Amino acid sequence: MAEKKIKMIVAKPGLDGHDRGAKLLSRIFAEAGMEVIYTGLRQTPEMIVAAAVQEDADVVGLSSLSGVHNYFFPRVVELLREKQMNDVLVVGGGIIPKEDIPGLKQAGVAEIFGPGTNTETIVNFIKENVRK
Amino acid sequence: MDTDYVAEILKGSPRAISRVISWLENDDPRASGCMEKIYPHTGRAYILGITGSPGSGKSSLTDKLTQKLRSQGLTVGIVAVDPTSPFTGGAILGDRVRMGDIAMDPGVFIRSMATRGYLGGLAQATSNAVKILDAAGKDIILIETVGVGQDEVDIIRIADTVCLVLVPGLGDVIQSMKAGVMEIADVYVINKSDRPGADQLCAEVTHRVAQDVEIRARQWPPPVVQTVATENEGIDEMADAIQAHRSYLEQSNRLIDKRRERTRDETLQMIHYELFRAIKAYLSRDHRMDQLVSDIMERRENPYRLMHRMLKNYLRLPESDISLNAD
Repeated sequence: MAEKKIKMIVAKPGLDGHDRGAKLLSRIFAEAGMEVIYTGLRQTPEMIVAAAVQEDADVVGLSSLSGVHNYFFPRVVELLREKQMNDVLVVGGGIIPKEDIPGLKQAGVAEIFGPGTNTETIVNFIKENVRK
Repeated sequence: MDTDYVAEILKGSPRAISRVISWLENDDPRASGCMEKIYPHTGRAYILGITGSPGSGKSSLTDKLTQKLRSQGLTVGIVAVDPTSPFTGGAILGDRVRMGDIAMDPGVFIRSMATRGYLGGLAQATSNAVKILDAAGKDIILIETVGVGQDEVDIIRIADTVCLVLVPGLGDVIQSMKAGVMEIADVYVINKSDRPGADQLCAEVTHRVAQDVEIRARQWPPPVVQTVATENEGIDEMADAIQAHRSYLEQSNRLIDKRRERTRDETLQMIHYELFRAIKAYLSRDHRMDQLVSDIMERRENPYRLMHRMLKNYLRLPESDISLNAD
């Protein structure tokens, strides 16, 4: 059996105007040996979850800069659960106020990585927590 | 477990389709049992290949063409291939970025696929993924190859109709005269036709097609259509050209010939692959291969004789078929 690759969706829910960070992170994940499906700007949670289903993603990485994370991130988790994809790891990043993090984690987002996080930390977190 | 997945695929369940495609990609032993069971349900879909250089607009054309096919009431499966890094093993699969408009359509299934070192413009699992989408009831299956250069032509072994996407500005008339990718199209698509040089490129390709003795000898003269995918221009013409090629194949019985050839190649390839895998697995046990390599390095053995000995020892075929010129 070939070595299993980690498949990761990187998506930007909401109406953010740029995706520099998400693109940079996509490249970092690819450099770490993952297969990264980049879906682009202005994604709805439904689009992100449809992509996760069709791509059989192991990880969904969400990025948001405009303050919509409290709605969009939990909604993605909820839709994944509706599709019985509970074992998909959901992580987030972008501009997320510290006080919002506990609520997001409670909603099922595994971790939130703010600006300045060492990229190695993110990669290692994913590798350690992804479904085996 | 297998029967569940097979039944779910036949019902068109996206989760089952996507999981079994992952098994195929990972060489998971569960895949082959599934494939055996779904095989009788394949062969109904029409398979379209979209190939062309990186950035020529394959994904945008795939997106717009899919919308057109959907408006005709057809369901569509898409396999979009992008390259794997030879250094890290990772990949950026970015074809979905251009497919936002069809991403939520339940009549469309999109799967991105990394080449994982497989050459020729496709991934190892591509042809089997196509079969799964076929068995799942998709009417048209669109394969978008990696951005190709001049020689990645595997798509002609899988697709019924191949569209080659060209764009102006990539070279002079000599490029359109060359062998390889330039010869494989059933439909030539000049995308970004609003850019300077598009008409000239169109003329050059039209000339090539008209003058090429080999292409002229085919009964199907490949049409050249001009598109601007981002503006949804020329998509109807592209769809018509594809439909015309399909009608030609069906009416001339060429489709059956084509699929017969494909079945033969595919079967031989599967045997080749499995034989190689089995012999490699056997030789990898107990450092056998290491020992053999050492023997060869020290010139106590040579790879030619070794190869013949392997075939003789492990294949039960008539001697005349396996030992071409063994000592």
